[in-house]
Amino acid sequence: MAFAGKGRSVSALIVRYGVLTVIAAIFIFPLVFMVVSSLKPDGQLLRDASSIRAFLPIGEISFDNYFAAFERAPIGLFVFNSVTITGLTVAASILVGSLAAFAFTYMDWSGRDFLFSMVLATLIIPFETIAIPLLLEVNNLPWITSEGLVTGWLNSYHVQIIPWIGDGLTIFLFVQYFKDLPSELIDAAKIDGANWLQIYWLVIMPISGPVIATAAILKFLIMYSQQYLWPLLVTQSEEYRPVMVGLQYFFQLNVAWGEVMAYLSIITVPVLIFYLFLQRAFIASIASTGLKG
Amino acid sequence: MTGSRQYRLARRERLAGWLMAAPALLLITVFLVTPFVLGLGLSFTNQRLVSPNPAAYVGLENYRNLVGLGVLVLEPERDGNGQLLLRDGKGPIYPSVRSFTRNNPDYPQYRGMREFTSFSLGQDRIVILARDVVFLKAVLNTVLFVLVVAPLQGGLALGLALLVNQRLPGINIFRAIYFMPVVLSIVVVALLWRFIYAGENGLLNALLSFLTFGLFQPIDWLGRTDTALWAILVMSVWQGVGFHMVIWLSGLQTIPLSLYEAADIEGASNWQKFRFITWPLLRNTAVLVLIVITMHGFALFAQIDVMTGGGPLDSTQSIVFQAVQRGYVRQDIATGSAISVILFVMVLSISLFQRYLTRERR
Repeated sequence: MAFAGKGRSVSALIVRYGVLTVIAAIFIFPLVFMVVSSLKPDGQLLRDASSIRAFLPIGEISFDNYFAAFERAPIGLFVFNSVTITGLTVAASILVGSLAAFAFTYMDWSGRDFLFSMVLATLIIPFETIAIPLLLEVNNLPWITSEGLVTGWLNSYHVQIIPWIGDGLTIFLFVQYFKDLPSELIDAAKIDGANWLQIYWLVIMPISGPVIATAAILKFLIMYSQQYLWPLLVTQSEEYRPVMVGLQYFFQLNVAWGEVMAYLSIITVPVLIFYLFLQRAFIASIASTGLKG
Repeated sequence: MTGSRQYRLARRERLAGWLMAAPALLLITVFLVTPFVLGLGLSFTNQRLVSPNPAAYVGLENYRNLVGLGVLVLEPERDGNGQLLLRDGKGPIYPSVRSFTRNNPDYPQYRGMREFTSFSLGQDRIVILARDVVFLKAVLNTVLFVLVVAPLQGGLALGLALLVNQRLPGINIFRAIYFMPVVLSIVVVALLWRFIYAGENGLLNALLSFLTFGLFQPIDWLGRTDTALWAILVMSVWQGVGFHMVIWLSGLQTIPLSLYEAADIEGASNWQKFRFITWPLLRNTAVLVLIVITMHGFALFAQIDVMTGGGPLDSTQSIVFQAVQRGYVRQDIATGSAISVILFVMVLSISLFQRYLTRERR
């Protein structure tokens, strides 16, 4: 709208849509290629790469690569691990983060302002700079198992979940949202005799849908799609590996490209469908991280 | 009566506040602040991941080993009359670098160093020595990556944001498509693009050959020292540009339309509107975008791990890749931590610098 001149002609419109479409092709064609290739046998896949056929589901089309991929790696297990780890972390980080944000926004307690600025300060620590010492730390932490107290958190679900629950960005997003809610809500609830936990759970959280969605989407992207270095460091056995680390089964020297594309499609297409349904919410969640930065 | 009741309530509020914030604060302290402080401490020791010996304090040793540099000026060798000794009439002969870096008691400062690069200056040959050639390479690659990615990705993202900020039917579909790679994992993207970049049967070579009517000779993009880092860079931009487009877009939408209407009345051109309205009002967004891209750029790891493993010939080494190599693969936690501290200082100083730059002009 900023640059829409008046008296727009038909040819100008065609140019606009032409530019938009060419750029869209750059973003979409690698994905089309991925899905289409997953349906082709390797020989045909490699031959097709030199022509437009690379993007068309023609020739010998089958799901053979998918069966082969499931034979090569325990894909079901990897998907289960990823879904478990992502789901639990997203839920826990929202609960813990919104509780803290509630205390930071509405309650008066000593140390509050200092601690909140500390939380904000942690946002500039890139995870990559603490990964190595964190690895040593979790390697020495105790954990209760059926055999009693054991030392070391490696090769487990909790080592992939617990360190990711406390999250400055989630707290920040909730504080931004809570600040804009009318304070009469809190006052009215107090007069009605509600305690703090009741105000949080019965008054504030039910009207926090938008920020919960935002925080959940961002955390989901971090835990499902962007998580790679940490699980690579802490899961030596395949039992606890998530899908992104499971990729390692497919990028050895002799790459069976058809199987690779099948695996990539398995772990990506559900997310893409999820995204297409919720794309407004996805885009809004990214936008809200930038609004008040 | 009311006073003591209010006091009781205030005390309860203090306690409740602490309790509600405690889980988050505890987790952040244990899993973020502690490893951060721990890493700083470990970088001054010789700690290993698994070791029978307790760690000892070694001072700045790890840092010295990582960033130690030396400059060696080699004078050409001469015969007894002071004449230059020439090799087959081609060029002068220089003493070998090894004679300085191996057990030469006169040059203890060069001991154990290796040649990073060299060039001629007059008759002399200047040799840059590094204690850790691979790490130096990783730092230079990462800095180059960030220096190119920040303006390129930020600029392209702004272009896309301006493009999809028009009021056209169906524009939301294009927004959604441009954002799509963001929801993909960079690991997935890296593996997918390995095929696109492949030397034989690669999609990119086929496309370039088609566009140039067969003139283009296929290139093994990830297998050559002069193209591998750039290939990874282009792919990273492709994957992340939609993210920053959305941040720019949210900045663009905070600009009041009335400013553009006023400019229209004054007869301003599109470029003038951008130069004098859009850009100045986007300054805060620009800082944010640059900081986020810089932090992502310095964290370069997954692409390297999946696509090249640091090769060919260390041309795609990165700082985080080195931190993982030392700290994890070689179980040298101390050096890994020192690399992490160096990385943090770089990220911090650059984001402070970016903030300073954009604040000054306001």
